[in-house]
Amino acid sequence: MTFPIYVPPEQQVRDKAEFARKGIARGRSLIAVDYAGGVLLLAENPSTALHKISEVYDRIAFAGVGRYNEFETLRKAGIRQADLMGYLYSREDVTAMGLATAFSQTLGVIFTREPKPFEVEVLIVEISEQGDEHRLFRVTYDGTLYDERKFLAIGGKADELIEALQELWEEDLSLQRALEVGAEAFRRAEGREIEGWEAAVLDYANGRRAFRRLTGSELPPR
Amino acid sequence: MDVPSPGSSFTDLLDSLGAKPVLNIPPGERPPSAPEGTTVLALRYLDGVVMAGDRRATEGHLVAHRRIRKVFPADRYSAVAIAGTAGLAIEMVRLFQVELEHYEKIEGVRLSLEGQASFLARLVRGQLPMAFQGLVVVPLFAGFDEREERGRLYSYDAVGGRYEEVDFGSTGSGSRLAKAYLRTTYREDMTDDEAFDIAVKALVAASQEDTATGGPDLRRGIYPTVLRISAAGVEELPDAVVAPLAEEAVDQIR
Repeated sequence: MTFPIYVPPEQQVRDKAEFARKGIARGRSLIAVDYAGGVLLLAENPSTALHKISEVYDRIAFAGVGRYNEFETLRKAGIRQADLMGYLYSREDVTAMGLATAFSQTLGVIFTREPKPFEVEVLIVEISEQGDEHRLFRVTYDGTLYDERKFLAIGGKADELIEALQELWEEDLSLQRALEVGAEAFRRAEGREIEGWEAAVLDYANGRRAFRRLTGSELPPR
Repeated sequence: MDVPSPGSSFTDLLDSLGAKPVLNIPPGERPPSAPEGTTVLALRYLDGVVMAGDRRATEGHLVAHRRIRKVFPADRYSAVAIAGTAGLAIEMVRLFQVELEHYEKIEGVRLSLEGQASFLARLVRGQLPMAFQGLVVVPLFAGFDEREERGRLYSYDAVGGRYEEVDFGSTGSGSRLAKAYLRTTYREDMTDDEAFDIAVKALVAASQEDTATGGPDLRRGIYPTVLRISAAGVEELPDAVVAPLAEEAVDQIR
């Protein structure tokens, strides 16, 4: 009769976390930045077909970094939950908080139960009712939930991006300035040429569905 | 390849969760009486489609609602109008709206206009057991087809049959009267202003013969709903624009 080798839980968690962090660090990073008209999401993404940023609900957007198939699964689950809540109750009952805690639960369970954790970090962004503060949530591979108001970064270079944004970001940026600030933060954090941009905004000017992708000349120069 | 359930359809998601209401009346039972929406119409003009509907719902010989809404945007470039059992029809529209938005978010592209029209047919067909009990829902669907760069219009029947119309369509109790009016006044090269005008006049004409169709209620300030669907998207006309048209149409009643 064979027995499984005993691995202490501390060791198991450490190994899984290291594995997930390595996977995430291989991919490219992403930031969310508050500006005068709403929130900008900006990612380095050489592909124009595979998106990291997506619309979830009227005022809510999703973004993910890491393994594409894994955050895509989470994105779809988020859209399903949001549309289901909005249909069964009311559109105003769908909140970023509800979605962020659901992602946190899901990722937490996967991290402890599955042999391989998800190698992803996700961002849920909600623009507030006009005048209030926006809500930016970051959920890491193990389900840890962070909550910010002004800017947030996910991915392998998250710490460097936050450091750069702390120096560059100001209140009431125009969209143009926010894009410049974001692009500059990426250049400082990565220290190399950026291989392509993906960007979208949640902007009050867009009406009920605040989400809009930025295309072509709207994107920062390479 | 296995198709993952529930895929991109919100309706299938509801089904998979058992969240869709069961609408089956046992044989021999009479359905409850429920308000019915009446006349809606749509016509193609130079740059797209104009869709309009009166505001009345009736229950038997009684007016059930004076301000009911029967014409709705479906997504940014399409709209749906409904006649028949109001409660079921409005719920169908709500599901249809969520379905289109859900598909767009999951897939990253809008469902094609043809795809939207055939999905709506499926929803109508889903009501078939109720239609046998007399609770019928018959929609009209119109949108701007971005691939073909033209406005398109579809009418339906109670079993989910879908028919593309080249000029105009109407459904509901006053539809034959509205169509008779449109047949004598319709031209293919109308501007949007001309199309608004004859859409409102056709509804007023229907209201003169059909008691279930509500004419403009000038005293209460209740006017028909009018939508314009063009390359610029779906736009609802404000009451300030519809009111003079309605007043003129009422003035011309003989």
